[in-house]
Amino acid sequence: MNFVRLIFRNRLAALGAVVLGLILLFVIITPLLPLQDPDVTNTADRFLPPFSEGHLLGTDHLGRDLLARLLYGTRVSLAVGIFAALIAGTIGSAIGIVAGYFGGRTDNVIMRGVDMLMAFPYILLALAIVAALGPGLFNALIAVAAVNIPFFARNIRGVTVSLAGREFIDAARLAGMGHTRIILTELLPNVLSTIVIAMSTTVGWMILETAGLSFLGLGSQPPQADLGSMLGEARSQLITDPHTSIIPGIMIFLIVMSINLLGDGVRDALDPRLRSGALTRPRAQTLVDRGDDVPADDQKGILNLQRLSTQFHVGPRIYKAVNEVSLFVKPGECVGVIGESGSGKSVTALSVMGLVPSPPGVVTGGAVRYEGEDLLDMPFEKLRQHRGDRVAYIFQDPLSTLHPLYKVGDQLKEAISVHHKVSDKELTNRAIDLLKSVRIPNAENRVRNYPHEMSGGMRQRVGIAMALANDPEVIIADEPTTALDVTVQAQILALLDDLRRERGLAIVFITHDFGVVAQLCDRVGVMYGGKIVEEGSTTDILDHPAHPYTKRLMACVPELGGGKRELAAIPGLPPIVSDLPPGCAFAPRCDKATEACKQGEITLDGSAHKVRCIHPEEEVA
Amino acid sequence: MTAALKVDNLAKTFSISGGLFGGQKAGVRAIRPMSFEVQTGETLGIVGESGCGKSTLARMLVGLLEPTEGTIEIEGKALDNADPAAFGRLIQYMFQDPVSSLNPRKTIKQIMEAPLKRLYGMNRAERDARIDEIFDSVNLRPEFLERYPHEFSGGQAQRIGVARALAAAPRIIILDEPVSALDVSVQAQVLNLLRRLKDEFNLTYLFISHDLAVVEAVSDRIVVLYFGAVVEIGRAEEVFSNPKHPYTKLLADSAPVVGRPLKAPEQKDSELPDPLNPPPGCAFATRCPRATDICREKDPALEPMGKDQFAACFHPLEG
Repeated sequence: MNFVRLIFRNRLAALGAVVLGLILLFVIITPLLPLQDPDVTNTADRFLPPFSEGHLLGTDHLGRDLLARLLYGTRVSLAVGIFAALIAGTIGSAIGIVAGYFGGRTDNVIMRGVDMLMAFPYILLALAIVAALGPGLFNALIAVAAVNIPFFARNIRGVTVSLAGREFIDAARLAGMGHTRIILTELLPNVLSTIVIAMSTTVGWMILETAGLSFLGLGSQPPQADLGSMLGEARSQLITDPHTSIIPGIMIFLIVMSINLLGDGVRDALDPRLRSGALTRPRAQTLVDRGDDVPADDQKGILNLQRLSTQFHVGPRIYKAVNEVSLFVKPGECVGVIGESGSGKSVTALSVMGLVPSPPGVVTGGAVRYEGEDLLDMPFEKLRQHRGDRVAYIFQDPLSTLHPLYKVGDQLKEAISVHHKVSDKELTNRAIDLLKSVRIPNAENRVRNYPHEMSGGMRQRVGIAMALANDPEVIIADEPTTALDVTVQAQILALLDDLRRERGLAIVFITHDFGVVAQLCDRVGVMYGGKIVEEGSTTDILDHPAHPYTKRLMACVPELGGGKRELAAIPGLPPIVSDLPPGCAFAPRCDKATEACKQGEITLDGSAHKVRCIHPEEEVA
Repeated sequence: MTAALKVDNLAKTFSISGGLFGGQKAGVRAIRPMSFEVQTGETLGIVGESGCGKSTLARMLVGLLEPTEGTIEIEGKALDNADPAAFGRLIQYMFQDPVSSLNPRKTIKQIMEAPLKRLYGMNRAERDARIDEIFDSVNLRPEFLERYPHEFSGGQAQRIGVARALAAAPRIIILDEPVSALDVSVQAQVLNLLRRLKDEFNLTYLFISHDLAVVEAVSDRIVVLYFGAVVEIGRAEEVFSNPKHPYTKLLADSAPVVGRPLKAPEQKDSELPDPLNPPPGCAFATRCPRATDICREKDPALEPMGKDQFAACFHPLEG
């Protein structure tokens, strides 16, 4: 099973599982083992050392066999710990789910109560509960469980709150479900894994707490043994007969240690972020493994992608995200890359400056030349100096690219000072100038704003200002207006257009929107399944699309002013780049496809207007 | 013809409490009192930018939010959401994010069965027959029923969302940005499917979107929202080609259109007013090139302008 394999990949968790498994095995078969009665006193044999005859681990102050007491005691301690965890987990999770689901006043009242419970030092609270109920193992169990309820309640409430806002809960409500049914059938299955994780990480802790109460004489009552009371009884002989304390001590250590190691392993294995590899730290630069396959410099444009290929290696699967993409941009020119999700347009953009996360990303072929120099070949320090200074990026969501805790002015200043040694006063002036250049009104005051104090359009202007900070030659804009409202989008596009004309910027513009491409770009490359399928001047492509995909995709886009109508659709789904069909990737959805389309490599033909198709819609020159 | 849905003076104010011991409560007026009607079989488009109150309106209509004031009538009867089953049989909601609206721990069959069981109390055989019928109408293969939501692409998941909304056999479906999470080539598939289903089941749609071209392509009439209020209502083919309100014109001019030169449309400011402290008068006045003193003092009411068209503006555009 996958889950077990994930746990055992973590060596410490595997060790914990083995130790805990052995302890559990011994404890379960204890009644079958030929042990002496743990409660029979024999004062003649007091304090026998370990390995004495008939007493493998020696005897205690009443001459009882330590091995038998240890195993029976462990049995009791484990049972109490596990039961306490189950009780605390059930009650605490129930409280947490109810508080998180209903929210508002219910949540407030419940959680303030839980906070009050949490504000007591736990041992005092446990003592108070035991004092009220009287000493005894069962009462100790109740005390330990009660003390741990707030922990579960808080944890589970947090998870529930985020789930309760999800759309599927609303959907269940609209399907006519009542609150109880929603909690039991919609919420609970989704929080169950969190509850299990929380329990597995707290059992050890509960065993310790029970032992603590028993140590104080409030838990198990003589003659019954548990690990805590064994320690408590051995306390006075700590110096003279240390083995009576050390043996239960080691057992407590082994149990708690193994449970914690295993619990951590379980948590890691269940955490979906870990499974996807998102918690592994990517390298600072995308891995390049292209052998000798380096195309010669053909001296086109200022930024020149030549037969660039980038793949993601995830387990046994290889995702060919970018497949031999060639693209260049000249100063003052705007080149659009258009495609649907999964077409490889963003990975193409990120590959330029080695920003594709590795693992799993690998550049497997081609070259990216900036002013003739191959960026893929460049040592990291030099590449880092080029990033943001010569080639800058504008990303889709300015809220996630700006740091929420720094003022935008400071972030702009940092972007400059990373590359250039400038005095602080000069930096401030430059930051203000940059904000002015992206038409932010009242720039002198705006530099002191935090990102959350600005609207989405303003934040994207800051994102553009940051890209302009070091006067780069090339800007790569990855869907910079997709997250913005249409009235703001128009302003941002006009701004980008002005900037490239004023400063002679070369822009690579990644988008899925033909309207945007038409307005801003000089040339366009259309991507499908990781390849460029058509390339040419914007007017050629928009007026005379040659690839059936381009033509049909454009027909799908409703245009304002057409009135109510049936829309053209392309049947089927875009291909998954780990499993591309041979030949043309669009062939399964194309009504012009023939047998020839489904075999062999199809080349990108033409000079100014190129198309990768055997049956193009129009002849290309 | 009776109105399938009638909204009268509907408003929503979110109160912001001043904490546990807070005194004066402030309020954010997400929806300012608005009235409109949707005829049976009609598709009413609702457009507006982020923060205009589209989703708040939708959630009130399906009973997920309690209105602060005003009434909602469905087919002549005041809406009573005391009985969720009766309510769910009248109006259903289709969510924006196809994947997050499906419970990740349930199979598609379990998801599809919920409304049939809860709203209609069908037995197993009836449910199976009904699900087969619906899946057939939305072109989904029956073997999908045993799978879990994460196994589907956005387009397929959105079809499942359509199927679930249809399972309740409602009179009205609120479509909240139903295609904005989808790729263009798949978006058209879902839109055409919705259109076909509407005729097949005689449904009434409220289609909410920020994409003007999509709304125009599917709607009979369009409501334009700005800052929680209706600024213009009109026939789909008229609203954007012949706008009366300057905000509608700004929207229409901002949409990128192939063949139109790039130019930022005329407006002074792109900031929305502060919702905690709204200005008196027209909310659009700070951005409006036609604003005068009266716009900053009085809130314009929705008035008829031209055939079937209404706009809330003191200085409407001619034409």
